[in-house]
Amino acid sequence: MEGSGNILFSGVGGQGILLASEITAYSLLAAGHDAKKSEVHGMAQRGGSVTAQLRYGKKVYSPLIEPGQADIQVAFEMMEAVRYLPYLHKGSKVIVNTQKILPPAVATGQAEYPADVLDNLIKREIVVVPVDAFDLAREVGEVRTANVVMVGAMSPFLPVNPEVYEDIIRARVPAKFRDANLRAFEAGRRVSE
Amino acid sequence: MTNKNKDTLWMSGNEAIALGAYEAGVKVASGYPGTPSTEIMENLSCYEGVYTEWAPNEKVGLEVAIGASFAGSRALATMKHVGLNVAADPLFTASYTGINGGLVLVCADDPEMHSSQNEQDNRNYAFAAKMPMLEPSEPMEAKEMLKTAFDLSEDLDTPVILRITTRIAHVKGVVKKGERIAATDGEISKNPSKLVMLPGMARKRRVYVEERMNRCQNLAETAAFNRIEKGDTKRGFITSGVSYLYVKEAFPDAAVLKLGMCWPLPEKKIREFAGMVDELYVVEELDPFMEIHIKAMGIDCRGKDCVPNQGELNTAIVRNSIDADSKLELFEEVPLPMRPPNMCAGCPHRGIFFNLSRMKVFVSGDIGCYTLGFLPPLSAMDSCVCMGASVSIAHGIAKAVGEGAHDKVVSVIGDSTFIHSGITGLINSVYNDSASTLIILDNRITAMTGQQQNPASGYNMKGEAASQLDLEALCRAVGVKHVYKVNPHDVPETRKVMKEAVEQNEMSVVISEAPCVLLPEMKERKPVSYFTNQENCVGCMSCIRLGCPAISWTTFAEGEAEERGYRKKQKGISKIDEILCNDCGQCASLCKFNAITRKEEK
Ligand SMILES: Cc1ncc(C[n+]2csc(CCOP(=O)(O)OP(=O)(O)O)c2C)c(N)n1
Ligand code: SF4
Ligand code: SF4
Repeated sequence: MEGSGNILFSGVGGQGILLASEITAYSLLAAGHDAKKSEVHGMAQRGGSVTAQLRYGKKVYSPLIEPGQADIQVAFEMMEAVRYLPYLHKGSKVIVNTQKILPPAVATGQAEYPADVLDNLIKREIVVVPVDAFDLAREVGEVRTANVVMVGAMSPFLPVNPEVYEDIIRARVPAKFRDANLRAFEAGRRVSE
Repeated sequence: MTNKNKDTLWMSGNEAIALGAYEAGVKVASGYPGTPSTEIMENLSCYEGVYTEWAPNEKVGLEVAIGASFAGSRALATMKHVGLNVAADPLFTASYTGINGGLVLVCADDPEMHSSQNEQDNRNYAFAAKMPMLEPSEPMEAKEMLKTAFDLSEDLDTPVILRITTRIAHVKGVVKKGERIAATDGEISKNPSKLVMLPGMARKRRVYVEERMNRCQNLAETAAFNRIEKGDTKRGFITSGVSYLYVKEAFPDAAVLKLGMCWPLPEKKIREFAGMVDELYVVEELDPFMEIHIKAMGIDCRGKDCVPNQGELNTAIVRNSIDADSKLELFEEVPLPMRPPNMCAGCPHRGIFFNLSRMKVFVSGDIGCYTLGFLPPLSAMDSCVCMGASVSIAHGIAKAVGEGAHDKVVSVIGDSTFIHSGITGLINSVYNDSASTLIILDNRITAMTGQQQNPASGYNMKGEAASQLDLEALCRAVGVKHVYKVNPHDVPETRKVMKEAVEQNEMSVVISEAPCVLLPEMKERKPVSYFTNQENCVGCMSCIRLGCPAISWTTFAEGEAEERGYRKKQKGISKIDEILCNDCGQCASLCKFNAITRKEEK
């Protein structure tokens, strides 16, 4: 199987990043790639910033993405799209959920949420794909599918056919959420296609 | 699961080790949770035919495994790196007794301290306790090595340590299923000259330990897990664990000696490899463990003079530390507000720390979710060293300060941590006449590591009903005369009790009773929330100072206060996000202006 790449998932604890990165990993494996994924558990999950790193290719050794080598970032929150800037390079693609989650210093009035935060990416010639994942998830009838909307929006950038993702979603999501998740994937995919 | 072959799985290192334990025919496994080791036991408990349990601490867990091994069954103990400090006492002597059934200890180190208070390098334990240590590089290898560890343990009559790190435990990769060896039932068999370590017998076993380690070293010379990978010999790399992966990516063409066993080291093989290459590098995370021992063999090599001895490595660090001019130009970080972890909305610990933040006391803290009480806006923890230390450190402070210290020191400990190693400290405080106050935060679970049962929760690892430790009765039994119970969600009422306890001139204990909001029964409750009657809010910020993630503050713009009908001087208003709120009522118990009320239905 041709191609290799590095995908960084970033967001806030509790946003469903792990499921999104799992669906992506399974899809890459099903398409015949080798893959490794790294997560950090523990302290990081109590509402703090969280990341998952996914690498694929013919044979993957290191589970960690090198700084400057993330080809795709799937960011579940706007500020978390910018926090890992040293991992990106010119031309990296950042799929970003245009949601704001206030960190404690902002929520308690000690700091302000940075204005036009995504400009930090655009002015460095990073490709930004904004996705209103919440809205799209609401439209498909299940707000909890925002993470799968994000997978959909990222999917055209990977060497994997959409049917593969759909098979994986069918196999890995509990029956009662299956249809909503498939619709969420579709809705997300339409944003970037 | 996804690949055509149903025996090909996608698993984390911890899941793979659990599968390896099952395949190896482990009969008894005991552990104490600790990131990044926890999921090994959690996954193993799902397999049929393996007895699994949460022990109250790592020493107990290892001793249970030693017992099972003495009875002839294969036994496993799991823990995080600092847990091995707690279990070190049985470890060092089990090295002398050796085993009957295979005995393996998995310890998970945490370079970079993602979720730990230090980044000690546990390879040093293998050297000090004189036992073999294996070190895998990825999940599939971790599974296979665990099985190898059991074979070695039985061949060499020794406990074996499998050392993993965060980037094996929590890395997912492709794993292949293997055959299972059936677990052997234990039986009572006596062998006192091997198992009773009185000095006379221990001296004999001490001699055996040396013979065994020599045999192990010979075996290491030819074992498949220590292998030379041929390549460019201008630079050769000796490496192990995850560092091997970084070397393979940073220097794909170089000759490599991958050591799957990091203790004892295969001296001949290392000499052979050193002779093959022009320049020899040792690449390892944390301590110069292999480097020191290789240098002691009189072999010239480079290592920590270029590769960092702190934090995790990665491909870029390995490449740049050896080839300084290979550095990439990177985008610089943009300054952004931090997003540190926070206690959940509705966390019972918050009420206690809010009160502590308003009392003039030294807060001797401990390890758990409540350590987050250190962070602003609560900022109510003044020391935190290791599990169980809160109560003994408070006692030490009180003794050093002397007269009048009784109302100046408070220690805070979680239920699981208290049972782990706080009880003995409490006994000492009573026995040696301390007058400090201990607050036990009983949230009915071991929350920090992801909700594991413990002896006070009333359930065992499998979720079956179990004997429940009565914390109040225990405190009274060890001689504490002043034991109080509080509902931490009623913040002012709790404050009164805390003040009374602190003023006592004898040891006092306050047990804070309210469940962690992430417990399944808490999540299944009817969703009810509190909401802000913003017209009543006077902007006093009492609720904001709780630091609940469901409450946020909006600062008024110039003139906005008057426009919206508030006092001219009012700086802003508070608002509860009803979706995030978890119905604890702490903020309402603090609001004096009737601005926060409970909604009957969401
Ligand atoms: C010796 C040792 N073992 C394990 C850990 C990992 N660990 C940190 S806190 C904790 C338990 C926390 O439970 P509890 O005291 O009940 O507090 P909670 O998180 O529920 O608030 C564990 C297991 C550790 N830091 N040190
Ligand atoms: S997991 Fe439980 S104990 Fe930990 S912060 Fe959340 S509510 Fe509190
Ligand atoms: S009741 Fe108040 S303090 Fe408790 S979770 Fe809701 S908003 Fe937070």
